[in-house]
Amino acid sequence: MYCQECGKKPATLHFTKIVNGEKTEFHICESCAREKGEGIPGAPNSFSIHSLLSGLLDFEHMGSSGVGGAAKQPVLRCEDCGLTYTQFSKIGRFGCSSCYQAFADKLDPLLKRVHSSTIHSGKIPKRSGGQIQCKREIEQLRRDLQAKIEHEDFESAAELRDRIRELERKIADL
Amino acid sequence: MTKHRFSQHALSEWMKDDGPESEIVISSRVRVARNLRHQPFPLLATDQQSKDVMDQLTEVSQSGKLQSMGSFETIILSDLSELDKRVLVEKHLISPNLANESQCGAVILSDNESVSIMINEEDHLRIQCLYPGFQIQEAWTLASGIDDIFEEAADYAFDEKRGYLTTCPTNVGTGIRASVMMHLPALVLTSQINRILSAVTQVGLAVRGLYGEGSEALGNLFQVSNQITLGQSENEIIDNLYSVARQIIEHEKAARKRLMQESRLRTEDRVKRSYGILSYASIMDSKESAQRLSDVRLGADLGILTNVTPQMLNELLVMTQPGFLQQTFDEKMSPEQRDFRRAELIRKQLRGEKGHGGASI
Repeated sequence: MYCQECGKKPATLHFTKIVNGEKTEFHICESCAREKGEGIPGAPNSFSIHSLLSGLLDFEHMGSSGVGGAAKQPVLRCEDCGLTYTQFSKIGRFGCSSCYQAFADKLDPLLKRVHSSTIHSGKIPKRSGGQIQCKREIEQLRRDLQAKIEHEDFESAAELRDRIRELERKIADL
Repeated sequence: MTKHRFSQHALSEWMKDDGPESEIVISSRVRVARNLRHQPFPLLATDQQSKDVMDQLTEVSQSGKLQSMGSFETIILSDLSELDKRVLVEKHLISPNLANESQCGAVILSDNESVSIMINEEDHLRIQCLYPGFQIQEAWTLASGIDDIFEEAADYAFDEKRGYLTTCPTNVGTGIRASVMMHLPALVLTSQINRILSAVTQVGLAVRGLYGEGSEALGNLFQVSNQITLGQSENEIIDNLYSVARQIIEHEKAARKRLMQESRLRTEDRVKRSYGILSYASIMDSKESAQRLSDVRLGADLGILTNVTPQMLNELLVMTQPGFLQQTFDEKMSPEQRDFRRAELIRKQLRGEKGHGGASI
């Protein structure tokens, strides 16, 4: 668990305040604890997944542009909803589906850190995703085809090749 | 204001059935997050845009397709009192975020409360399915089926590379969060829990306590869920969670067996002591009641107590939450008054006294 104050260091100080039966929990790191002393501000809800994420993003920002370099870079902004990359890195949330395109160049490191992957391999919408589904199937068939050829099973390979051609025609029609 | 059905019964209809492994797994849940392509996410949406989203999605719910899966009721959040919202949160039917921060928020509830479809939460659409016991695969199948119904009528924000696009980057890809709620008293008693839970977090899963804020697990109830949503297929995510949960179940069973072999008297004493205190105490705070109810549940599972059913305990778990307590007694209470009322309610439920307890609140 990271410190709920700075979001950067691991929380090492955990305490619970109970005042008239109302309970509040705190998880903070040592340096924040020293800095703030007893009067720790921030509601119990101030720590969230978003502040944790924005901690990750800020870190990246500093790494790539260096101190003082940020001001000179053009502002990266999503044309559809107007959210800037700087805002995104503060709140850790996107404004609309176009943000994924607008900030595409910056997303891979973040997604890698959160999911250890950057590419979706799950469900595809039935109605709008017909083409994508065909493409996925073709990729799989090509891999199978390669395996068959390596094993010199040319009869099965020919069947797979025909199936791939059929799917390619289907995509062209969609 | 007339009371909603959901706020009168602590135990949802779906919780009344016994699921597989119900001695250890209380419930299984899957939720999927979806957004509409041509609308800004709820975070940046104007009032009008949020209303359009709500109208479009509630219209789908009135279509024959969804109604053929059961009877659904649409509840607009702004029509509810603060207390009603809190009760819905305590029953896990809506998220705290939908209750407190949503704009034009709504929830579509199936009449057994096993399906809850949230609109304008952090994402436009969140489909949640709850099953009793260890039925995570079943929960995903149902959620995916409901997802298909919405997809027929709504243009989803989907990207070939990133998958289903969500407000928070932690949900992108499959948009799926699958979780199982487990009661693990024997692993806690035998001090094995930390070792097991830290192993769980190494394989891409997260563990939280039930109702607990932060790291505290009240009543030995733990929620294990997937952390990663991108790069793995839904089936891989579900299978991974299933096999890890399966192993935790086996560990808990082994620990229970050992408790009964090696310290039978101590375990019986602990269970009966807690049962006695719950049956007669006058003041009961939420932390103590969660712990004592956990002991009693263990006692019922091990056959030490025969007059307590898991259903009674599941019901008490929700009934003793602050919001539900105030709903039951129809008054606003200080934490101290709640501890008093909580004790009263538990006494009545366990000793079968007439009054507020039982199914007819």
